[in-house]
Order: sequence, then structure tokens, then C-alpha cells
Amino acid sequence: MRRSLLFVPGNSPGMILNGCIFGADSVVFDLEDAVSTGEKDAARILVRNALKTLDYGNTERIVRINSLKTPYWMDDLNMIIPAGPDVIMPPKVQGDEDIHRIESYISGIEKDRGIPAGRIKLIPLIESALGVEKAFEIAVASKRITGIFLGGEDLTADIGAKRTKKGDEIFYSRSRIVIAAKAAGVSAIDTPYTDVNDEEGLIQDAVLARGMGFNGKAVISPRHVEHVNRVFTPTEEEIEYARRVLEATARGEKEGKGAVSLDGKMIDAPIVARAKQILEIAETLKGGRLR
Amino acid sequence: MGDSRDLEGRQVAVKKLVGSLKEAIKLCGLEDGMTVSFHHHLRNGDYVLNMVMDTIAELGYKEIKVAASAVFPVHEPLINHIKQGVVTQIDTNYMSGPVGEAISRGLMSNPVVFRTHGGRPRAIETGELPIDVAFIAAPSSDCYGNINGVDGPSACGSLGYAFPDAMHAEKVVVITDNLVNYPLTPISIDQTRVDYVVVVDSIGDPKGIVSGSTRITRDPVGLTIARYAAEVIEHSGLLNDGFSFQTGAGGASLAAAYYLKKFMKEKGITGSFGLGGITGYFVELLEEGLFKTLLDVQCFDLDAVRSIKANPNHQEISASFYANPESKGCAVDKLDIVILGATEIDTSFNVNVHTDSNGIIMGGSGGHSDTAAGSKLALIVAPLIRARLPVLVDRVLTITTPGDTVDVLVTERGISVNPKNEGLRERLTEAGLPVVDIHELKKKAEALTGKPNPIKTGGKVVAHVEYRDGRIIDTIKNTE
Repeated sequence: MRRSLLFVPGNSPGMILNGCIFGADSVVFDLEDAVSTGEKDAARILVRNALKTLDYGNTERIVRINSLKTPYWMDDLNMIIPAGPDVIMPPKVQGDEDIHRIESYISGIEKDRGIPAGRIKLIPLIESALGVEKAFEIAVASKRITGIFLGGEDLTADIGAKRTKKGDEIFYSRSRIVIAAKAAGVSAIDTPYTDVNDEEGLIQDAVLARGMGFNGKAVISPRHVEHVNRVFTPTEEEIEYARRVLEATARGEKEGKGAVSLDGKMIDAPIVARAKQILEIAETLKGGRLR
Repeated sequence: MGDSRDLEGRQVAVKKLVGSLKEAIKLCGLEDGMTVSFHHHLRNGDYVLNMVMDTIAELGYKEIKVAASAVFPVHEPLINHIKQGVVTQIDTNYMSGPVGEAISRGLMSNPVVFRTHGGRPRAIETGELPIDVAFIAAPSSDCYGNINGVDGPSACGSLGYAFPDAMHAEKVVVITDNLVNYPLTPISIDQTRVDYVVVVDSIGDPKGIVSGSTRITRDPVGLTIARYAAEVIEHSGLLNDGFSFQTGAGGASLAAAYYLKKFMKEKGITGSFGLGGITGYFVELLEEGLFKTLLDVQCFDLDAVRSIKANPNHQEISASFYANPESKGCAVDKLDIVILGATEIDTSFNVNVHTDSNGIIMGGSGGHSDTAAGSKLALIVAPLIRARLPVLVDRVLTITTPGDTVDVLVTERGISVNPKNEGLRERLTEAGLPVVDIHELKKKAEALTGKPNPIKTGGKVVAHVEYRDGRIIDTIKNTE
């Protein structure tokens, strides 16, 4: 379950300490854009120590490293991988080559340090025209990949469009990311809504993203977590429908029927898969609780 | 004074309007060792306490007891009056700023007596705290001493804390900067209680009296606590039509009210009354019809002042009406839910709002222990970790509010329910709220902060903490 991914600056001890209390499903410790070049080393140490010492409970711990085009990414991984994050988020990923480079570097560290191989996952950040074009290639580049994440700000700069609240300029890219993610069987994560004071706009944007098939959305303000969680939490009706789908399927299997229908509609594999996903989230949330 | 003589020119009414504070003090027959009192509605903008005490010092009086319902940073000149022997005792409900710090360092020989907002009127009415002269700052007064707080350049709204003083002091002096034609309306405290009226240039600095508007916190930790607090209320079983509610003016308390408002709207629930210090936020709830009445002992902002003046459902109440446990009925006893803060809370749910993390006096009960005792559900909202220290300790340095009157502690990292409320604990757990045993919550905090060294205090008692019923429940020692 990855409804909300809260970005936390890697150089802010207070925010790192409190990262897990706002109800975000994942926290992204940022070593990239939030941290100035002079503070990269300090942030790395802080995030490493946080990973080693703080109890984040069930919150997924993601670290956004610096891009392959900078001199920092290897130092980031050298320090962060041994501290055991759940996920590494490489930014500005342009194709499968980038993933292979990062993966082989991570595997090297795992081998050197005797860390079980492959446990640490990847969520590549796609934020360029080329990246969007190669979204599927990226999504299937490694078994470590558990989701792909669209970065709307850098993307619009790259394509020369004006970033708007409505987001028409990234509509195609959003669709492309969702299709690539679903085709690869990983989660699709939507770009954050950057106006921290516009809660109405945020909710509309999240509703749009969920409607398009995204599994969750990044947030840059703790105050956004509650709203994004609510939008990406299955409704009572959805949960009830999912239960009925699985009941009908089970009945069908018992009766030896090949095809099962519910309310006059055929239930096929994707509907069953979706129903399972919804019930899984509902179970994790103990009955749809927004937390 | 046109009203003081009859048609034949005979004087028929006492002349109350006097030319100066000095004259009023002399006319009151003030003597060394007497008690003078003040209310704190002008808060940190108050000029009156300093003005009166400077005059008393100038007139050469000694060993005066100051019974002020609260002492603020603006009252720093009291320190010098204490040093000079003009003031030798202080009786108050709250003390912040330099006076508290100086007293913690051992400035006074006699310990300060800290009362509660309900305990003070109780003590005044029972004669435990006799007042010789009450000096009442009045934002508006007529020449005969009818006063209110809702008009004038220093308008502060309710004058609730001044009522017991006006009712029971031997002499009552009104000090105003807004003299209006007789008779003033509306009247809060009336002419039958007032001996003298003094007009001065200004009784206070409006900037310190009320804030423009009290705001909901934007701090995400505060908002998280607030959301939990509102959810605790939602599942408490008390959020029904006709429920009553009090919350502080702190950002997180207000934010809790904001979330509560959402639940009330969703469920179509209307409250009966909002109580206590009133903020613009409560006014909004009144004006939107979510509460039927506000019972206001003190206004915290300009919206509250505007409302109490204009809206008949926004009622000024006296301190005794508010919280005096020995009156024939106080409002806190009709209260369902109160949200309160804490500087420290311990694993027995005792709360400290008197002393800070260095043991220095920085507050006081005010209505904290009164509302906790009177309400059905007393929630403490506090960040589990404040700056570098856990708010949750083995034993609070100073007990302001006894743990047996506190029901729930709400923090950003978990909610602890007093074991006396097993049913509530079950309901909150059932609702999926993060309910944690208070000892476990303390461990969580200490895992992040370590266990702080105990505060070192000296051997001198600098203050007594009196509970609302008159029992001394704790003492405050000097800091080293």
C-alpha cells in the first residue's frame, strides 16, 4: 500500500524525527533537490543515522539519492544501502541503462557488506521526455523495481510547457506512466501537488490521479497526507463490491464454472486482481481507516 | 457632577469621580499590610497594575499584598516593588515572564499563593482572601462607576475575573480611559459596588490586550495532535446534540476545534454552550449555529469582543459563575468536554502548567484544574517531544491538575487513556486510534530523547499551589 509518499528534506532533523507521525504510507528522505551541494554529506549522515536508529513502524522508508549525472550518487548509496532502507529512489532516470548502473552498484555494496541481495527495492523517478518515452523499459529493467514515479515539475521544464494546477500539460505523461506501470505490474505514483496551501486543488488533483489509475501520490507537505490518503483509500462501496467479486469467484470455482458473472457483468482476471488489491488495502487499514 | 445636587443645590449623591489615583488611594484609606487586587483582562497590555503600584510606592506604603488574577511580563516593575518592601505577598492564578523568573530565583520571603480561576473567587467569597481595595481597569465607565469591557480604545470584552473583587472588596476603584455619559450601557459591574472612578490617559496597549485574531496552527505536528484529539471526542460517546465544550486559545487546541467542527457538520450535531476564554473561532461556531450559547469569562481576540457586545447569546459570566466549586452552581460542572495543554504530564496523568523544563515559574492553573475537575472528558493535548525533551515524565515537578481528573493524553505519537476510563480506552481502540499505555508512550519518547536529568531545585519554598477547593496540593521550590 503506497497511497501517500511524504518527502522529507534529508538535512532537517526535526522533520526526519517526525516523518512517521503524519500517516504517510511511505516517507521519502530526500538527498537531492531539498539539499544544497554544501550539505550533501551532512544530509547523508543524518539520513543514515535515522534509518539505523529511528523506529518508523510500518512506514516505508525511501531514500531519494542524487542523479547519475552528479558526483554524489555513489557516495549516497555507499552510506545509505548498509543502513537498510526499504527503497532507493533514483531521480531523472532516462532508460534501462540507468537502472542497470544503479542496480549493479547496489548489488556490489550488498555483496561487499554481506547484505542479503535484492531486498532493497527501486522506485525510479521519471521526469524527462525521454524518461516518459522509455517508461515501460524502465519499469521492467529490474526485479527490484516496485513502482515508477512521475515528476511533473522537471518534466514540464524539459518539454518546454508551463506547469499548471490543472495539469493538462502532463496528462499524456501521466497516462503513459500508468500504462507502463500496470503493464509491468508495479505501482504508479503521481507527481506532488506543489501549492501547499491549496487543499481543494490538491484533492481535485488526487481524485484525477486516482481516476487515471495511479496507486498513490507524492506529497511535499505533511498537511497533504490526510487528503491524499483519503482519496486513495477505497470507499465502503468499493470494498463491498470487491468482497462480492471474490465471493462470486469462489462460488464459481466451487460449482466448477469457467466464467462467473456479477450483476450481469462478466468477472475477468483484472477485476478479480483489482478486488484483491482493494481488500488488501482495506485489511491493512482495518476497515478503511484513514491513517 | 450635574447629578450630585438637587433643585435647591443640596448635595444628594456621593461624588465618585476623583481627580487622581493618589486621591482615590487616600480616600480608600489604604494602609500598610493591606491587600489590593487587579484583574487580568488587559493581559500583557495592562497599564493599570503598574500605574497603581507605582503610585502606592510613591505614597510610601509598605507590605502590600497584590492579589492579581494573573501577572504578565508587562508587570516586571513589580520586581522592584518587591525589592523595596512595597509588595511582600502575591496571590494569583497565573504568572508568566520576569516576575515568575525572579520569584523562582528566591526574590520574595513569602511564598506566592497560586490559586485557580475557580479557587480565587471561592477564597474571596469565603473570606480567605479578603481584599481591601480592588482596582478595576474599565474600558468604559460612567461617572458613577457603571462599567463594561466592550467599548472604548482598550476594549477587552468580558470582565469576568473582576466580578468577585467588585462584589467583595472593602473599597472599589474603577480606572478608565473612556468616561461616558451616565448611565453607561450595557453594564457589567454596576455602581452599587463602586466607590471611586479615576480617569487616566490610557489603561492599556490594545496590541497586548487582544490579538487581532487567534489562528489555527499550521504546524503539522500540532495539526496531527489536533486531529487525534477531535477523533477522541468523536468516539468518546459525548459528541451528541447539546454537548458543551471548552478549548484553549493555543494553536493546537483551536485546530482540534476546527476538526471537531467538521465532524459536527457532517453529523448534524449542535452544541449547547462553549465555555471559558473565548476566541474568534468559538464566535464562528456560534454564528454558524453550531453552538447555541457562549459563556465568556474572558475574550481572547477582537472577534470575541465584537461578538460579546452584539450577540445576546454570547454571555459575559463572572469567575465564580465560571468555576467556583463552592458557588451554588459553576459552569465547569456543566461542561462535557475540555481540551487542555501541559508543559509536563506524568504516568499518573498529573499535569504541570506552572513550571518550565528548568523548574522556573512560567504559568499557572488558570482554569486548568477547574475544567478538568468539572468536565466529563478532560483531554490533554501536547507534543510528546517538545524541543529536546519528552513531555511525559515519571513525576511532574509541580502538580497543577491532579491525574484523577484527567482522562486522556493526546500526542502525535499515541493516545493514552487514564486506566480509570476502561470503556473509553476500548472505544478508541475499536475506532482504530493509536491507543498506547502511558508507560509505553513514555518509553517511545525516551527512545528518541534519552532520559533527561531531574531538575535541581533549592530548599526554599517560593510558591504554594492551592487546588480549587483550598487544599495546598504542591509547593514550588526555588531554582539553583
